[in-house]
Amino acid sequence: MRKAKTLLSVYLAYMLEYRAELFLWALAGTLPLILMGVWVEAAQSGAFPLSPGEFARYFLMVFLVRQATVVWVVWEFERDVVEGRLSFRLLRPLDPFLDHLAAHVAERLARLPFVLLLTLLFFLLFPEARFVPEPLPFLLGLGLTVLAFLLRYLMQYTTALLTFWSERATAVEEVFFLLYLFLSGTLAPLEVFPEPLRSLALLTPFPYLVYLPAAFLAGQEVALFPGLGVMLFWGGVFFLLWRLLWRLGLKHYAGHGA
Amino acid sequence: MSEDAIVFAQDLTKHYQVALKEESLLATLRHFFFREYRLVRAVEGVSLAIAPGEVVGFLGPNGAGKTSTLKMLTGLLHPTKGTARVAGHVPWRREKAFLKKITLVMGNKQQLVWDLPAMDTFRLNAAIYEIPEGEFRKRVGELAEMLALEGKLHQPVRKLSLGERMKAELLAALLHRPEVLFLDEPTLGLDVNAQVAVRDFLKEYNRRYGATILLTSHYMADIAALCPRVLVIHQGRLLYDGALEGLLERFAPYREVGLTLKSPLPKEALRAFGEVREVEGREARLLVPRERLMERVAEILKRLPVEDLEVKEPPLEEVIARVFQEGHVEEPR
Repeated sequence: MRKAKTLLSVYLAYMLEYRAELFLWALAGTLPLILMGVWVEAAQSGAFPLSPGEFARYFLMVFLVRQATVVWVVWEFERDVVEGRLSFRLLRPLDPFLDHLAAHVAERLARLPFVLLLTLLFFLLFPEARFVPEPLPFLLGLGLTVLAFLLRYLMQYTTALLTFWSERATAVEEVFFLLYLFLSGTLAPLEVFPEPLRSLALLTPFPYLVYLPAAFLAGQEVALFPGLGVMLFWGGVFFLLWRLLWRLGLKHYAGHGA
Repeated sequence: MSEDAIVFAQDLTKHYQVALKEESLLATLRHFFFREYRLVRAVEGVSLAIAPGEVVGFLGPNGAGKTSTLKMLTGLLHPTKGTARVAGHVPWRREKAFLKKITLVMGNKQQLVWDLPAMDTFRLNAAIYEIPEGEFRKRVGELAEMLALEGKLHQPVRKLSLGERMKAELLAALLHRPEVLFLDEPTLGLDVNAQVAVRDFLKEYNRRYGATILLTSHYMADIAALCPRVLVIHQGRLLYDGALEGLLERFAPYREVGLTLKSPLPKEALRAFGEVREVEGREARLLVPRERLMERVAEILKRLPVEDLEVKEPPLEEVIARVFQEGHVEEPR
Protein backbone atom coordinates (compact mmCIF):
# COMPACT_ATOMS: atom_id res chain seq x y z
CA MET A 1 0.00 0.00 0.00
CA ARG A 2 2.79 2.38 0.95
CA LYS A 3 4.55 1.37 -2.24
CA ALA A 4 1.50 2.34 -4.34
CA LYS A 5 1.01 5.61 -2.44
CA THR A 6 4.64 6.68 -2.83
CA LEU A 7 4.74 5.69 -6.49
CA LEU A 8 1.61 7.74 -7.12
CA SER A 9 2.77 10.77 -5.16
CA VAL A 10 6.20 10.88 -6.85
CA TYR A 11 4.75 10.40 -10.32
CA LEU A 12 2.09 13.01 -9.58
CA ALA A 13 4.84 15.47 -8.67
CA TYR A 14 6.59 14.50 -11.90
CA MET A 15 3.46 15.04 -14.00
CA LEU A 16 2.74 18.37 -12.34
CA GLU A 17 6.13 19.56 -13.59
CA TYR A 18 4.46 19.54 -17.02
CA ARG A 19 1.29 21.53 -16.18
CA ALA A 20 1.19 23.47 -19.43
CA GLU A 21 1.75 20.33 -21.50
CA LEU A 22 -1.02 18.54 -19.60
CA PHE A 23 -3.46 21.26 -20.56
CA LEU A 24 -2.40 20.98 -24.19
CA TRP A 25 -2.65 17.17 -24.12
CA ALA A 26 -6.18 17.43 -22.69
CA LEU A 27 -7.04 19.96 -25.38
CA ALA A 28 -5.56 17.70 -28.05
CA GLY A 29 -8.14 15.08 -27.07
CA THR A 30 -11.10 17.22 -28.08
CA LEU A 31 -11.65 15.45 -31.43
CA PRO A 32 -14.93 13.89 -30.13
CA LEU A 33 -16.26 17.38 -29.41
CA ILE A 34 -15.56 18.41 -32.99
CA LEU A 35 -17.22 15.24 -34.30
CA MET A 36 -20.14 15.97 -32.03
CA GLY A 37 -20.84 19.15 -34.00
CA VAL A 38 -20.94 17.16 -37.24
CA TRP A 39 -23.23 14.41 -35.88
CA VAL A 40 -25.60 16.77 -34.07
CA GLU A 41 -26.04 18.66 -37.31
CA ALA A 42 -26.62 15.44 -39.26
CA ALA A 43 -29.09 14.16 -36.63
CA GLN A 44 -31.36 17.14 -37.21
CA SER A 45 -32.69 15.21 -40.24
CA GLY A 46 -34.02 12.50 -37.88
CA ALA A 47 -32.50 9.71 -40.00
CA PHE A 48 -30.44 8.27 -37.11
CA PRO A 49 -31.34 6.14 -34.10
CA LEU A 50 -30.04 8.87 -31.73
CA SER A 51 -31.49 12.34 -31.24
CA PRO A 52 -29.24 15.46 -31.52
CA GLY A 53 -29.20 15.72 -27.70
CA GLU A 54 -28.22 12.04 -27.36
CA PHE A 55 -25.43 12.51 -29.89
CA ALA A 56 -24.13 15.51 -27.93
CA ARG A 57 -24.15 13.56 -24.65
CA TYR A 58 -22.52 10.52 -26.27
CA PHE A 59 -19.61 12.51 -27.71
CA LEU A 60 -19.08 14.38 -24.47
CA MET A 61 -18.76 11.03 -22.72
CA VAL A 62 -16.44 9.76 -25.47
CA PHE A 63 -14.27 12.78 -24.75
CA LEU A 64 -14.26 12.00 -21.01
CA VAL A 65 -13.65 8.25 -21.45
CA ARG A 66 -10.76 8.94 -23.81
CA GLN A 67 -9.27 11.42 -21.35
CA ALA A 68 -9.48 8.77 -18.64
CA THR A 69 -7.97 6.04 -20.80
CA VAL A 70 -5.06 7.77 -22.57
CA VAL A 71 -2.08 5.41 -22.68
CA TRP A 72 1.43 6.09 -24.00
CA VAL A 73 3.40 3.22 -22.48
CA VAL A 74 4.58 1.92 -25.88
CA TRP A 75 6.59 5.12 -26.51
CA GLU A 76 8.11 5.03 -23.02
CA PHE A 77 8.96 1.36 -23.25
CA GLU A 78 10.49 1.68 -26.70
CA ARG A 79 12.70 4.53 -25.49
CA ASP A 80 13.73 2.52 -22.44
CA VAL A 81 14.85 -0.41 -24.60
CA VAL A 82 16.53 1.62 -27.33
CA GLU A 83 18.40 3.87 -24.87
CA GLY A 84 19.27 0.98 -22.56
CA ARG A 85 17.36 2.38 -19.60
CA LEU A 86 15.30 -0.77 -19.25
CA SER A 87 18.29 -2.22 -17.39
CA PHE A 88 17.64 0.10 -14.45
CA ARG A 89 14.02 -0.93 -14.31
CA LEU A 90 15.01 -4.60 -14.45
CA LEU A 91 17.39 -4.17 -11.54
CA ARG A 92 14.58 -3.00 -9.27
CA PRO A 93 12.37 -5.49 -7.46
CA LEU A 94 9.28 -4.05 -9.16
CA ASP A 95 7.78 -5.15 -12.48
CA PRO A 96 8.07 -2.28 -15.02
CA PHE A 97 4.41 -2.99 -15.86
CA LEU A 98 3.40 -1.66 -12.44
CA ASP A 99 5.92 1.17 -12.54
CA HIS A 100 4.50 2.54 -15.81
CA LEU A 101 0.95 1.87 -14.64
CA ALA A 102 1.54 4.06 -11.57
CA ALA A 103 2.82 6.87 -13.83
CA HIS A 104 -0.33 6.61 -15.96
CA VAL A 105 -2.66 6.70 -12.96
CA ALA A 106 -0.80 9.70 -11.53
CA GLU A 107 -1.09 11.51 -14.85
CA ARG A 108 -4.83 10.93 -14.73
CA LEU A 109 -5.04 12.70 -11.38
CA ALA A 110 -2.94 15.60 -12.68
CA ARG A 111 -5.09 15.88 -15.82
CA LEU A 112 -8.41 15.85 -13.92
CA PRO A 113 -8.72 19.62 -13.22
CA PHE A 114 -8.15 20.48 -16.90
CA VAL A 115 -10.72 17.93 -18.04
CA LEU A 116 -13.31 19.25 -15.56
CA LEU A 117 -12.63 22.76 -16.78
CA LEU A 118 -13.14 21.76 -20.42
CA THR A 119 -16.36 19.90 -19.49
CA LEU A 120 -17.78 22.95 -17.70
CA LEU A 121 -16.89 25.08 -20.71
CA PHE A 122 -18.65 22.56 -22.93
CA PHE A 123 -21.89 22.70 -20.88
CA LEU A 124 -21.73 26.46 -20.99
CA LEU A 125 -21.48 26.44 -24.79
CA PHE A 126 -24.02 23.62 -25.37
CA PRO A 127 -26.78 23.94 -22.77
CA GLU A 128 -28.91 21.38 -24.69
CA ALA A 129 -26.38 18.68 -23.77
CA ARG A 130 -26.91 19.15 -20.00
CA PHE A 131 -28.52 16.15 -18.30
CA VAL A 132 -28.93 14.49 -14.91
CA PRO A 133 -27.56 10.94 -15.16
CA GLU A 134 -29.32 7.89 -13.69
CA PRO A 135 -27.12 6.74 -10.81
CA LEU A 136 -26.85 3.00 -11.65
CA PRO A 137 -25.93 3.20 -15.35
CA PHE A 138 -23.61 6.09 -14.56
CA LEU A 139 -21.79 4.10 -11.87
CA LEU A 140 -21.60 1.13 -14.23
CA GLY A 141 -20.17 3.48 -16.85
CA LEU A 142 -17.50 4.64 -14.40
CA GLY A 143 -16.59 1.05 -13.57
CA LEU A 144 -16.38 0.20 -17.27
CA THR A 145 -14.16 3.24 -17.84
CA VAL A 146 -11.67 1.90 -15.28
CA LEU A 147 -11.78 -1.51 -16.97
CA ALA A 148 -11.39 0.15 -20.38
CA PHE A 149 -8.26 1.96 -19.16
CA LEU A 150 -6.80 -1.27 -17.79
CA LEU A 151 -7.56 -3.15 -21.03
CA ARG A 152 -6.08 -0.39 -23.20
CA TYR A 153 -2.99 -0.25 -20.99
CA LEU A 154 -2.62 -4.04 -21.11
CA MET A 155 -3.05 -4.08 -24.92
CA GLN A 156 -0.52 -1.31 -25.48
CA TYR A 157 1.97 -2.76 -22.99
CA THR A 158 1.77 -6.08 -24.81
CA THR A 159 2.40 -4.28 -28.10
CA ALA A 160 5.30 -2.43 -26.44
CA LEU A 161 6.97 -5.76 -25.68
CA LEU A 162 7.49 -6.25 -29.42
CA THR A 163 10.30 -3.70 -28.99
CA PHE A 164 12.40 -6.63 -27.80
CA TRP A 165 12.40 -7.90 -31.40
CA SER A 166 11.71 -4.96 -33.67
CA GLU A 167 12.89 -1.85 -31.75
CA ARG A 168 9.98 0.08 -33.33
CA ALA A 169 6.87 -1.32 -31.67
CA THR A 170 5.25 2.11 -32.06
CA ALA A 171 4.73 1.28 -35.76
CA VAL A 172 2.53 -1.68 -34.73
CA GLU A 173 0.72 0.59 -32.29
CA GLU A 174 -0.05 3.05 -35.11
CA VAL A 175 -1.85 0.24 -36.97
CA PHE A 176 -3.74 -0.69 -33.81
CA PHE A 177 -4.65 2.97 -33.37
CA LEU A 178 -6.25 3.09 -36.78
CA LEU A 179 -8.47 0.11 -35.86
CA TYR A 180 -9.14 1.73 -32.50
CA LEU A 181 -10.21 4.97 -34.15
CA PHE A 182 -12.73 3.25 -36.44
CA LEU A 183 -14.02 0.44 -34.26
CA SER A 184 -14.03 1.97 -30.77
CA GLY A 185 -16.91 4.36 -31.38
CA THR A 186 -14.70 7.44 -31.32
CA LEU A 187 -15.79 8.61 -34.78
CA ALA A 188 -19.41 7.44 -34.54
CA PRO A 189 -21.52 5.55 -31.99
CA LEU A 190 -21.95 1.88 -32.86
CA GLU A 191 -25.72 2.40 -33.28
CA VAL A 192 -25.06 4.04 -36.67
CA PHE A 193 -22.72 1.30 -37.98
CA PRO A 194 -24.20 -0.84 -40.79
CA GLU A 195 -25.23 -4.26 -39.45
CA PRO A 196 -22.53 -6.78 -40.41
CA LEU A 197 -19.82 -4.29 -39.48
CA ARG A 198 -21.45 -3.54 -36.14
CA SER A 199 -21.63 -7.22 -35.11
CA LEU A 200 -18.07 -7.74 -36.27
CA ALA A 201 -16.82 -4.70 -34.37
CA LEU A 202 -18.47 -5.96 -31.17
CA LEU A 203 -16.33 -9.10 -31.32
CA THR A 204 -13.09 -7.05 -31.25
CA PRO A 205 -11.79 -5.42 -28.05
CA PHE A 206 -12.08 -1.88 -29.45
CA PRO A 207 -15.74 -0.93 -28.76
CA TYR A 208 -15.17 -1.75 -25.07
CA LEU A 209 -12.39 0.80 -24.88
CA VAL A 210 -14.72 3.74 -25.66
CA TYR A 211 -18.22 2.94 -26.87
CA LEU A 212 -19.55 0.74 -24.06
CA PRO A 213 -18.45 2.93 -21.12
CA ALA A 214 -19.43 6.14 -22.97
CA ALA A 215 -22.90 4.78 -23.84
CA PHE A 216 -23.51 3.82 -20.19
CA LEU A 217 -22.31 7.21 -18.95
CA ALA A 218 -24.51 9.02 -21.50
CA GLY A 219 -27.52 7.04 -20.30
CA GLN A 220 -28.14 5.28 -23.62
CA GLU A 221 -30.02 2.01 -23.60
CA VAL A 222 -27.25 -0.57 -23.89
CA ALA A 223 -26.90 -4.07 -22.50
CA LEU A 224 -24.04 -4.89 -20.16
CA PHE A 225 -23.84 -8.43 -21.55
CA PRO A 226 -22.41 -9.96 -23.64
CA GLY A 227 -20.22 -6.80 -23.95
CA LEU A 228 -18.60 -7.17 -20.52
CA GLY A 229 -17.94 -10.84 -21.28
CA VAL A 230 -16.16 -10.01 -24.55
CA MET A 231 -14.17 -7.31 -22.77
CA LEU A 232 -13.02 -9.72 -20.07
CA PHE A 233 -12.23 -12.35 -22.69
CA TRP A 234 -9.87 -9.92 -24.46
CA GLY A 235 -8.46 -8.93 -21.10
CA GLY A 236 -7.60 -12.60 -20.49
CA VAL A 237 -6.09 -13.00 -23.96
CA PHE A 238 -3.86 -9.95 -23.61
CA PHE A 239 -2.91 -10.92 -20.06
CA LEU A 240 -1.62 -14.28 -21.31
CA LEU A 241 0.11 -12.62 -24.27
CA TRP A 242 1.74 -10.09 -21.93
CA ARG A 243 3.17 -12.80 -19.68
CA LEU A 244 4.34 -14.91 -22.62
CA LEU A 245 5.97 -12.03 -24.55
CA TRP A 246 7.57 -10.72 -21.35
CA ARG A 247 9.21 -14.07 -20.64
CA LEU A 248 10.37 -14.61 -24.23
CA GLY A 249 11.31 -10.95 -24.65
CA LEU A 250 13.49 -10.85 -21.56
CA LYS A 251 15.29 -13.97 -22.72
CA HIS A 252 15.84 -12.35 -26.13
CA TYR A 253 16.95 -9.03 -24.58
CA ALA A 254 19.30 -10.83 -22.22
CA GLY A 255 20.59 -12.95 -25.08
CA HIS A 256 21.52 -10.10 -27.37
CA GLY A 257 23.73 -7.85 -25.37
CA ALA A 258 21.00 -5.95 -23.43
CA MET B 1 37.52 -19.89 -1.71
CA SER B 2 34.55 -20.54 -4.01
CA GLU B 3 32.44 -21.84 -1.11
CA ASP B 4 32.76 -18.57 0.83
CA ALA B 5 32.68 -16.39 -2.26
CA ILE B 6 29.87 -13.85 -2.50
CA VAL B 7 30.51 -13.46 -6.22
CA PHE B 8 31.38 -16.64 -8.02
CA ALA B 9 31.55 -17.41 -11.72
CA GLN B 10 32.70 -20.50 -13.54
CA ASP B 11 33.47 -20.55 -17.26
CA LEU B 12 31.16 -17.58 -17.89
CA THR B 13 30.78 -17.10 -21.64
CA LYS B 14 28.71 -14.69 -23.70
CA HIS B 15 28.41 -14.79 -27.47
CA TYR B 16 25.85 -12.81 -29.42
CA GLN B 17 25.15 -11.77 -32.97
CA VAL B 18 25.16 -8.23 -34.32
CA ALA B 19 23.77 -7.19 -37.70
CA LEU B 20 26.37 -5.88 -40.14
CA LYS B 21 25.71 -3.11 -42.65
CA GLU B 22 27.95 -1.22 -45.02
CA GLU B 23 27.25 2.42 -45.79
CA SER B 24 26.25 2.48 -49.47
CA LEU B 25 22.64 2.72 -50.70
CA LEU B 26 22.90 -0.71 -52.26
CA ALA B 27 24.17 -2.16 -49.00
CA THR B 28 21.26 -0.53 -47.18
CA LEU B 29 18.77 -2.17 -49.56
CA ARG B 30 20.52 -5.50 -49.23
CA HIS B 31 20.50 -5.08 -45.44
CA PHE B 32 16.72 -4.54 -45.56
CA PHE B 33 16.11 -7.93 -47.20
CA PHE B 34 19.08 -10.07 -46.24
CA ARG B 35 20.68 -9.35 -42.92
CA GLU B 36 24.20 -10.48 -42.33
CA TYR B 37 25.35 -11.15 -38.82
CA ARG B 38 28.66 -11.34 -37.10
CA LEU B 39 29.23 -13.38 -33.97
CA VAL B 40 30.62 -11.29 -31.11
CA ARG B 41 32.52 -13.27 -28.51
CA ALA B 42 32.08 -10.76 -25.70
CA VAL B 43 33.15 -12.99 -22.82
CA GLU B 44 35.11 -16.25 -23.09
CA GLY B 45 35.19 -18.63 -20.13
CA VAL B 46 35.67 -16.17 -17.28
CA SER B 47 36.01 -17.76 -13.84
CA LEU B 48 36.35 -15.75 -10.67
CA ALA B 49 35.58 -15.80 -6.97
CA ILE B 50 35.29 -12.73 -4.78
CA ALA B 51 35.09 -12.96 -0.99
CA PRO B 52 32.63 -10.84 1.03
CA GLY B 53 34.00 -7.35 1.69
CA GLU B 54 36.61 -7.45 -1.07
CA VAL B 55 37.13 -4.48 -3.40
CA VAL B 56 38.15 -5.71 -6.82
CA GLY B 57 39.10 -3.63 -9.86
CA PHE B 58 38.07 -4.84 -13.27
CA LEU B 59 40.39 -3.57 -16.00
CA GLY B 60 40.17 -3.82 -19.73
CA PRO B 61 39.98 -1.64 -22.84
CA ASN B 62 36.63 -0.74 -24.43
CA GLY B 63 34.89 -3.84 -25.73
CA ALA B 64 37.01 -6.21 -23.64
CA GLY B 65 33.95 -7.77 -21.99
CA LYS B 66 33.85 -5.88 -18.68
CA THR B 67 30.31 -4.57 -18.99
CA SER B 68 29.00 -7.86 -20.42
CA THR B 69 30.48 -9.68 -17.42
CA LEU B 70 28.91 -7.17 -15.02
CA LYS B 71 25.58 -7.54 -16.79
CA MET B 72 25.71 -11.31 -16.42
CA LEU B 73 26.60 -11.01 -12.74
CA THR B 74 23.68 -8.61 -12.18
CA GLY B 75 21.24 -10.81 -14.10
CA LEU B 76 20.68 -8.51 -17.09
CA LEU B 77 22.32 -10.96 -19.51
CA HIS B 78 21.93 -14.72 -19.81
CA PRO B 79 25.29 -16.36 -20.38
CA THR B 80 25.77 -18.52 -23.44
CA LYS B 81 27.64 -20.94 -21.21
CA GLY B 82 28.82 -21.17 -17.62
CA THR B 83 27.45 -20.66 -14.14
CA ALA B 84 27.41 -17.85 -11.61
CA ARG B 85 26.21 -17.25 -8.08
CA VAL B 86 25.99 -13.81 -6.51
CA ALA B 87 24.96 -13.41 -2.87
CA GLY B 88 23.63 -16.96 -2.97
CA HIS B 89 21.49 -16.51 -6.10
CA VAL B 90 21.71 -17.35 -9.78
CA PRO B 91 21.67 -13.77 -11.12
CA TRP B 92 19.65 -14.25 -14.32
CA ARG B 93 16.70 -15.69 -12.39
CA ARG B 94 16.26 -12.11 -11.10
CA GLU B 95 14.61 -13.14 -7.85
CA LYS B 96 13.40 -10.24 -5.71
CA ALA B 97 15.63 -11.31 -2.81
CA PHE B 98 18.62 -11.15 -5.18
CA LEU B 99 17.73 -7.72 -6.59
CA LYS B 100 17.53 -6.38 -3.04
CA LYS B 101 21.09 -7.55 -2.33
CA ILE B 102 22.86 -5.98 -5.30
CA THR B 103 23.20 -2.71 -7.11
CA LEU B 104 24.64 -1.63 -10.44
CA VAL B 105 25.82 1.92 -11.02
CA MET B 106 26.62 2.88 -14.58
CA GLY B 107 28.59 6.09 -15.03
CA ASN B 108 27.07 6.72 -18.44
CA LYS B 109 23.42 6.12 -17.49
CA GLN B 110 21.24 7.54 -14.78
CA GLN B 111 18.24 6.38 -12.83
CA LEU B 112 17.42 9.72 -11.14
CA VAL B 113 14.28 11.44 -12.41
CA TRP B 114 15.73 14.40 -14.30
CA ASP B 115 13.09 17.06 -13.54
CA LEU B 116 12.49 16.23 -9.87
CA PRO B 117 14.68 16.64 -6.79
CA ALA B 118 16.86 13.61 -6.07
CA MET B 119 14.89 13.15 -2.84
CA ASP B 120 11.85 12.07 -4.88
CA THR B 121 13.80 9.27 -6.57
CA PHE B 122 15.07 8.21 -3.15
CA ARG B 123 11.50 8.08 -1.83
CA LEU B 124 10.51 6.02 -4.84
CA ASN B 125 13.38 3.59 -4.28
CA ALA B 126 12.58 3.36 -0.56
CA ALA B 127 9.03 2.33 -1.43
CA ILE B 128 10.14 -0.16 -4.10
CA TYR B 129 12.75 -1.73 -1.82
CA GLU B 130 10.33 -1.65 1.14
CA ILE B 131 12.56 0.39 3.43
CA PRO B 132 10.61 1.63 6.50
CA GLU B 133 10.23 5.42 6.72
CA GLY B 134 12.44 5.90 9.83
CA GLU B 135 15.20 3.74 8.38
CA PHE B 136 14.93 5.61 5.06
CA ARG B 137 15.45 9.01 6.75
CA LYS B 138 18.38 7.62 8.71
CA ARG B 139 20.07 6.15 5.65
CA VAL B 140 19.59 9.25 3.51
CA GLY B 141 21.05 11.40 6.31
CA GLU B 142 24.01 9.08 6.73
CA LEU B 143 24.82 8.69 3.04
CA ALA B 144 24.24 12.38 2.27
CA GLU B 145 26.73 13.24 4.98
CA MET B 146 29.32 10.77 3.67
CA LEU B 147 28.86 12.15 0.16
CA ALA B 148 28.72 15.81 1.29
CA LEU B 149 25.38 16.14 -0.48
CA GLU B 150 23.38 17.84 2.28
CA GLY B 151 21.38 20.75 0.94
CA LYS B 152 21.42 19.38 -2.60
CA LEU B 153 18.70 16.77 -2.28
CA HIS B 154 15.77 19.13 -2.73
CA GLN B 155 17.00 20.73 -5.96
CA PRO B 156 15.88 19.33 -9.32
CA VAL B 157 18.47 16.84 -10.57
CA ARG B 158 19.04 18.82 -13.77
CA LYS B 159 20.32 21.74 -11.65
CA LEU B 160 23.05 19.63 -10.04
CA SER B 161 26.64 19.55 -11.27
CA LEU B 162 27.90 16.34 -12.90
CA GLY B 163 29.79 15.39 -9.73
CA GLU B 164 26.78 16.03 -7.49
CA ARG B 165 24.58 14.04 -9.84
CA MET B 166 26.93 11.07 -9.69
CA LYS B 167 26.97 11.24 -5.91
CA ALA B 168 23.16 11.37 -5.88
CA GLU B 169 23.13 8.37 -8.25
CA LEU B 170 25.31 6.49 -5.76
CA LEU B 171 22.98 7.46 -2.92
CA ALA B 172 19.94 6.22 -4.88
CA ALA B 173 21.74 2.97 -5.72
CA LEU B 174 22.86 2.31 -2.15
CA LEU B 175 19.72 3.22 -0.25
CA HIS B 176 18.67 -0.43 0.06
CA ARG B 177 22.13 -1.18 1.47
CA PRO B 178 23.15 -3.82 -1.08
CA GLU B 179 25.73 -6.43 -0.14
CA VAL B 180 27.36 -6.38 -3.56
CA LEU B 181 28.09 -3.23 -5.56
CA PHE B 182 28.80 -3.45 -9.28
CA LEU B 183 30.17 -0.12 -10.44
CA ASP B 184 30.72 0.48 -14.15
CA GLU B 185 32.88 3.58 -14.64
CA PRO B 186 31.45 5.47 -11.65
CA THR B 187 33.86 8.38 -12.11
CA LEU B 188 33.38 8.75 -15.86
CA GLY B 189 33.63 12.39 -16.95
CA LEU B 190 34.08 13.75 -13.42
CA ASP B 191 36.73 16.34 -12.60
CA VAL B 192 39.63 15.38 -10.37
CA ASN B 193 38.02 16.66 -7.16
CA ALA B 194 34.78 14.81 -7.80
CA GLN B 195 36.74 11.64 -8.68
CA VAL B 196 38.56 11.83 -5.37
CA ALA B 197 35.28 12.41 -3.49
CA VAL B 198 33.62 9.36 -5.09
CA ARG B 199 36.72 7.25 -4.44
CA ASP B 200 36.89 8.30 -0.78
CA PHE B 201 33.20 7.60 -0.37
CA LEU B 202 33.48 4.08 -1.80
CA LYS B 203 36.42 3.35 0.46
CA GLU B 204 34.51 4.54 3.50
CA TYR B 205 31.33 2.70 2.43
CA ASN B 206 33.26 -0.54 2.10
CA ARG B 207 34.90 -0.03 5.50
CA ARG B 208 31.69 0.91 7.27
CA TYR B 209 29.29 -1.67 5.81
CA GLY B 210 31.62 -4.43 4.66
CA ALA B 211 30.09 -4.32 1.16
CA THR B 212 31.75 -6.19 -1.68
CA ILE B 213 32.68 -3.99 -4.63
CA LEU B 214 33.51 -4.91 -8.20
CA LEU B 215 34.53 -1.78 -10.07
CA THR B 216 35.50 -0.98 -13.62
CA SER B 217 37.31 2.25 -14.38
CA HIS B 218 39.47 3.81 -17.02
CA TYR B 219 41.14 5.90 -14.35
CA MET B 220 44.08 4.03 -12.90
CA ALA B 221 43.97 6.32 -9.89
CA ASP B 222 40.57 4.81 -9.00
CA ILE B 223 41.97 1.31 -9.17
CA ALA B 224 45.19 2.17 -7.34
CA ALA B 225 43.29 3.93 -4.53
CA LEU B 226 40.55 1.35 -4.06
CA CYS B 227 41.45 -2.09 -5.28
CA PRO B 228 44.06 -4.32 -3.65
CA ARG B 229 43.03 -6.96 -6.17
CA VAL B 230 42.49 -6.56 -9.91
CA LEU B 231 41.09 -8.63 -12.73
CA VAL B 232 42.37 -7.89 -16.22
CA ILE B 233 40.17 -8.86 -19.13
CA HIS B 234 41.13 -8.61 -22.78
CA GLN B 235 39.13 -9.83 -25.78
CA GLY B 236 36.73 -11.56 -23.43
CA ARG B 237 39.40 -13.57 -21.60
CA LEU B 238 40.68 -13.08 -18.10
CA LEU B 239 44.41 -12.36 -18.40
CA TYR B 240 45.16 -11.74 -14.78
CA ASP B 241 43.57 -12.14 -11.37
CA GLY B 242 45.60 -11.09 -8.37
CA ALA B 243 47.18 -8.30 -6.38
CA LEU B 244 47.74 -4.95 -8.04
CA GLU B 245 51.50 -5.12 -7.32
CA GLY B 246 51.61 -8.57 -8.85
CA LEU B 247 50.17 -7.09 -12.03
CA LEU B 248 53.26 -4.92 -12.36
CA GLU B 249 55.53 -7.85 -11.68
CA ARG B 250 53.82 -9.98 -14.27
CA PHE B 251 53.08 -7.51 -17.00
CA ALA B 252 55.91 -5.09 -16.39
CA PRO B 253 59.01 -7.17 -15.70
CA TYR B 254 61.07 -4.05 -16.24
CA ARG B 255 61.95 -0.81 -14.53
CA GLU B 256 61.96 2.73 -15.74
CA VAL B 257 65.29 4.52 -15.65
CA GLY B 258 65.04 8.32 -15.69
CA LEU B 259 68.19 10.15 -16.77
CA THR B 260 69.31 13.77 -16.61
CA LEU B 261 72.29 14.09 -18.90
CA LYS B 262 75.03 16.74 -18.81
CA SER B 263 74.39 17.42 -22.52
CA PRO B 264 71.59 16.27 -24.89
CA LEU B 265 72.13 12.97 -26.74
CA PRO B 266 70.28 11.58 -29.78
CA LYS B 267 67.84 8.69 -29.27
CA GLU B 268 70.17 6.32 -31.13
CA ALA B 269 72.92 6.83 -28.57
CA LEU B 270 70.61 5.56 -25.80
CA ARG B 271 69.19 2.51 -27.57
CA ALA B 272 71.99 0.23 -26.46
CA PHE B 273 70.88 0.58 -22.82
CA GLY B 274 67.16 -0.19 -23.10
CA GLU B 275 63.90 0.72 -24.78
CA VAL B 276 63.83 4.49 -25.18
CA ARG B 277 60.42 5.80 -24.11
CA GLU B 278 61.11 9.53 -24.25
CA VAL B 279 63.94 11.98 -24.94
CA GLU B 280 63.47 15.65 -24.31
CA GLY B 281 66.51 17.91 -24.14
CA ARG B 282 68.75 16.53 -21.43
CA GLU B 283 65.98 14.33 -19.96
CA ALA B 284 65.45 10.73 -21.08
CA ARG B 285 63.36 7.73 -19.97
CA LEU B 286 64.39 4.14 -20.67
CA LEU B 287 62.78 0.79 -19.94
CA VAL B 288 65.20 -1.84 -18.75
CA PRO B 289 64.50 -5.55 -18.00
CA ARG B 290 64.42 -6.04 -14.25
CA GLU B 291 66.99 -8.84 -14.14
CA ARG B 292 69.52 -6.77 -16.07
CA LEU B 293 68.91 -3.53 -14.19
CA MET B 294 72.14 -3.42 -12.17
CA GLU B 295 74.29 -4.29 -15.15
CA ARG B 296 72.60 -1.67 -17.39
CA VAL B 297 72.75 1.07 -14.76
CA ALA B 298 76.43 0.39 -14.27
CA GLU B 299 76.98 0.64 -18.02
CA ILE B 300 74.99 3.86 -18.26
CA LEU B 301 76.97 5.45 -15.46
CA LYS B 302 80.22 4.34 -17.09
CA ARG B 303 79.50 5.31 -20.69
CA LEU B 304 77.07 8.24 -20.61
CA PRO B 305 77.51 11.80 -19.26
CA VAL B 306 74.95 11.34 -16.46
CA GLU B 307 74.13 14.15 -14.06
CA ASP B 308 71.30 12.34 -12.28
CA LEU B 309 69.72 8.88 -12.46
CA GLU B 310 66.48 7.57 -11.00
CA VAL B 311 64.97 4.04 -11.09
CA LYS B 312 61.22 3.55 -10.59
CA GLU B 313 58.21 1.39 -11.47
CA PRO B 314 56.75 2.27 -14.85
CA PRO B 315 53.41 4.13 -14.58
CA LEU B 316 50.45 1.78 -14.22
CA GLU B 317 48.64 3.41 -17.15
CA GLU B 318 51.55 2.61 -19.41
CA VAL B 319 51.73 -1.01 -18.30
CA ILE B 320 48.03 -1.55 -18.85
CA ALA B 321 48.03 0.22 -22.19
CA ARG B 322 50.91 -2.00 -23.25
CA VAL B 323 49.07 -5.16 -22.25
CA PHE B 324 45.98 -4.10 -24.15
CA GLN B 325 47.75 -2.82 -27.23
CA GLU B 326 49.74 -5.96 -27.71
CA GLY B 327 47.46 -8.53 -26.15
CA HIS B 328 50.56 -9.77 -24.39
CA VAL B 329 53.71 -8.23 -22.97
CA GLU B 330 56.82 -7.93 -24.99
CA GLU B 331 59.96 -7.91 -22.97
CA PRO B 332 62.02 -4.77 -23.62
CA ARG B 333 65.42 -5.49 -25.08
